[in-house]
Amino acid sequence: MPETTNVDYSTKIPNNVGLTDDQRVLKALEQWHPGYIDWWMTMGPEGFQTSDVYLRTAVSIDPKGWAKFDYVKMPEYRWGILLAPRQEDRQVNFGVHKGEKAWQEVPGEYRAMLRRLIVIQGDTEPASVEQQRHLGKTAPSLYDMRNLFQVNVEEGRHLWAMVYLLQKYFGKDGREEAEGLLQRRSGDADKPRMLGAFNEATPDWLSFFMFTFFTDRDGKMQLESLAQSGFDPLSRTCRFMLTEEAHHMFVGETGVGRTIERTCQAMKEAGIEDPYDIAAVRKLGVIDLPTIQKKANLHFSLSLDLFGSEVSTNAANYYNSGLKGRFQETRIEDDHELTKASYPVSKLVDGQVKMIDEPALTAINMRLRDDYVADCAKGVDRWNKVIEKAGVNFRLKLPHVAFHRHIGEFQNAKATPEGQILSDAEWSKKKDQWIPSTSDGDFIASLMTPCWERGKFAPWISAPKVGIDNKAGDFEYVKIHQA
Amino acid sequence: MAERIDFQTEPARYRHWKLKFDGEVAELVMDVDENAGLFDGYQLKLNSYDLGVDIELNDAIQRLRFEHPEVKVVVLKSGKDRVFCAGANIRMLAGSTHTHKVNFCKFTNETRNSMEDASRHSGQKYICAVRGTAAGGGYELALATDHIILADDGNSTVALPELPLLAVLPGTGGLTRVTDKRKVRRDLADAFCTIEEGVKGARAVKWRLVDQVVANSKFEQTVKDTAKKLAAQSDRPSGAAGIRLTPIERKLDDKSVSYSCVRIDIERDARRATITIQGPAAAPPASAEAMVAEGAAFWPLRLARELDDAILHLRLNEPEIGVLIFKSQGEPAQVLAFDAFLEANKTHWLAREVLHYWKRALKRIDLTSRSLVALIEPGSCFAGTLAEIIFACDRSFMLIGSFQGDNRVPATITLSPANFGTYTMSNDLSRLATRFLGEPESLEKAKAGIGKPLEAEASEELGLVTTALDYIDWDDEVRIFLEERASFSADGLTGMEANLRFAGPETMETKIFGRLTAWQNWIFQRPNAAGAEGALKRYGTGVKANFNPERV
Ligand SMILES: [Fe+2]
Ligand SMILES: [Fe+2]
Repeated sequence: MPETTNVDYSTKIPNNVGLTDDQRVLKALEQWHPGYIDWWMTMGPEGFQTSDVYLRTAVSIDPKGWAKFDYVKMPEYRWGILLAPRQEDRQVNFGVHKGEKAWQEVPGEYRAMLRRLIVIQGDTEPASVEQQRHLGKTAPSLYDMRNLFQVNVEEGRHLWAMVYLLQKYFGKDGREEAEGLLQRRSGDADKPRMLGAFNEATPDWLSFFMFTFFTDRDGKMQLESLAQSGFDPLSRTCRFMLTEEAHHMFVGETGVGRTIERTCQAMKEAGIEDPYDIAAVRKLGVIDLPTIQKKANLHFSLSLDLFGSEVSTNAANYYNSGLKGRFQETRIEDDHELTKASYPVSKLVDGQVKMIDEPALTAINMRLRDDYVADCAKGVDRWNKVIEKAGVNFRLKLPHVAFHRHIGEFQNAKATPEGQILSDAEWSKKKDQWIPSTSDGDFIASLMTPCWERGKFAPWISAPKVGIDNKAGDFEYVKIHQA
Repeated sequence: MAERIDFQTEPARYRHWKLKFDGEVAELVMDVDENAGLFDGYQLKLNSYDLGVDIELNDAIQRLRFEHPEVKVVVLKSGKDRVFCAGANIRMLAGSTHTHKVNFCKFTNETRNSMEDASRHSGQKYICAVRGTAAGGGYELALATDHIILADDGNSTVALPELPLLAVLPGTGGLTRVTDKRKVRRDLADAFCTIEEGVKGARAVKWRLVDQVVANSKFEQTVKDTAKKLAAQSDRPSGAAGIRLTPIERKLDDKSVSYSCVRIDIERDARRATITIQGPAAAPPASAEAMVAEGAAFWPLRLARELDDAILHLRLNEPEIGVLIFKSQGEPAQVLAFDAFLEANKTHWLAREVLHYWKRALKRIDLTSRSLVALIEPGSCFAGTLAEIIFACDRSFMLIGSFQGDNRVPATITLSPANFGTYTMSNDLSRLATRFLGEPESLEKAKAGIGKPLEAEASEELGLVTTALDYIDWDDEVRIFLEERASFSADGLTGMEANLRFAGPETMETKIFGRLTAWQNWIFQRPNAAGAEGALKRYGTGVKANFNPERV
């Protein structure tokens, strides 16, 4: 039986796609495997490869109980190929092929486009592992350290997922691209990762939480739209990846939330009422709320760039060809062809931000970005509840989409977080109020001292409400054996 | 298209290019202002270009030769971050008339050829430093240079995506240069031209699409080193000062354009224009230094610039003028004196540039899709270099003797050594060698006539003109010829003339202007590209083109 809901662990590569019966792909993946392990050893979490980490591993693709927890040394993690169950009679649900049977093989005319989509998605997965590889050393707790490593191994698995598609469906080119995914390096001048945000540094834990909140959420939106794909194996792969992605965003949202909670608590204890009294708050050894806002500004704007140009021919082609849909495509009530519809796009017109109707097909990126912004806003609301509950007079806000952009309509404009257009000179004068300055970074870095004692947390962050896998507060999430 | 397209510009007015000078190396930086397209209705995103961008490029290439004799190597690069050049702007193409598309392609081809001309004949080499994607016309720009360096950063690619993306061909020599200049194997070239996203890294070198790939961190240094190496091979003078290409003086009205030594008179109803060339008013300068001192006012240079501008003006702004009549006025002996001066100083950098410029200006006439006719009358000065214009024409008429009541001496043609190889056509032959392809003895006879003023009957006898006529027949014969010409199909004439003008061997240039352009112009007209459901029209909408599968 080639495809099951249970994962086959009899092969070197755990899978539910019948790899034992597919010798060609099994062989290709086995050949790719040593390169991957090599990459993991040199670019994966630094200093903890021999530690035992309490990680979840997928054992089934059944949404209920798909994972089991146990101690694992990360290099021995069972990275596998896991696809959501195949739905009989699934169709292409949008674009010019709407109503046709979903493709189980790559249509020749879309081969290059599909490969490109998969390579771009695949490139982000190892990139974030590289960006986060130094963070273990300064983990504020064993709990957070475990979460970091869980995210890391799962990003590694996401790489496997994309590589499987490349190896199985894209022949020689696919194998070359799979190699390329191991060659590029985040932030490397010669072989950078493909997208901007994945070449930025993740220097501290607040950046890590912001990254998993904002940038992994972009990942979620991309996976959601690829999960709509008429190319069924891609759809099924992405649907399973989304179950893992949820945890990454949980790590981000609660990480920032716990940082905020601790700051508010410390302020209250010290009787500081003014959240803008930054010097006083910092003296308490916690991160002041205005600096947290700046971090959010930075990560939000970098993540918006990942959606590409608001008006995009590529996005239109992807949609029309049935390769990449909209967020929750099948729940949207329209013709799912969009050849006649229009969609409002925010644009810079004569120095002002205006909404201009564009053909809906070409505005697909804009639409996905709007859904993303709405999703982010909900998380920010939950952070504000924490502040409110503590009785501190401060609200976090998402900056305007024109703020600090490097791709799309606003790339050549300078805008305030409220969306007012500024001159370059004014921007240079004021930007330190809106994005973290070097001294903000230095201050945060000064707080990043490790706290590896069981059940203890660094003074700048609160403990979580509940443990992972319902473990007690002092559970030893990572048994550290430093190499 | 109501506005007049002007081919004159200068660096201070550039919107899309920057020139930077560092001794013997210059940088030519493409940084297209997306909001400064020549027409409305499109934005020049991703360093894509339209005619306006190419007019500046042409100007820059020209100035590099005349204003910067010290520049031995030009580095062509992009001023944008992740893109080298995306080629001709597709929305501009989709929104243009067929006439504009064809003229645009022709001019861009001539501009790229002029880069190769600078390298081959003038010691000014071009290096292309490609960072980011060089697609379509972007890669074709690179192909026109001597050496292509591609960044090995996983993002930089070269591509000719026209067929898969737009159902057309690369229109600026791409296919020809891939096979004939870079000698890419045909099956690999075939694969390359169907890979929309292009080729990068080691494969690009292996397929000979680029000369080298270099890691980002070593990129700038490699470009510098290569420039230095190429500069060492150049025969351009070190430390010479250039001349300034001052603005051309023009007066325009609805019926005429007048320059200092060229005049266009338009007869709109008859759909023809007369281009009258004025010979030199004074003797050539005493020395090469004096020529440099004259600068842009030096008669052969001034005339070449004005004639070039006149032809471009007629091509783009007067599409319904079907016949161009060339006339001249002046003293043949003085024209010949300039020929002798240039010949005597041909190793001087400026004389060399002037001679090659004349070669290019004459080629531009060869490639102009209008009926060309020379009328050689008393008072004319079709001698040496100016006689080339007669040989560029489809037909020529020469008056025997004088008109009644005109006491000027009869018209003559005098050949000079310049008519025998100085000004090659696209086929690499002189106009006379092309003219006498089947009769080498005629070429020898003509050569024997160098320096002799030949009146009409002698010229006809030597085959230098089509028809010699006396004053009795002149008016009627010329009128009938012009009226007959006006009655033929413009398309038929364009095709016929283009085929008859370039006898003899094929070169890369003749292939580009003949084979490639003809195919492209055919494809541009076909519904699969230009129809309402064609790829050009649907580009950017996300809706797929509808192709008629029938092979023609
Ligand atoms: Fe991921
Ligand atoms: Fe993730």
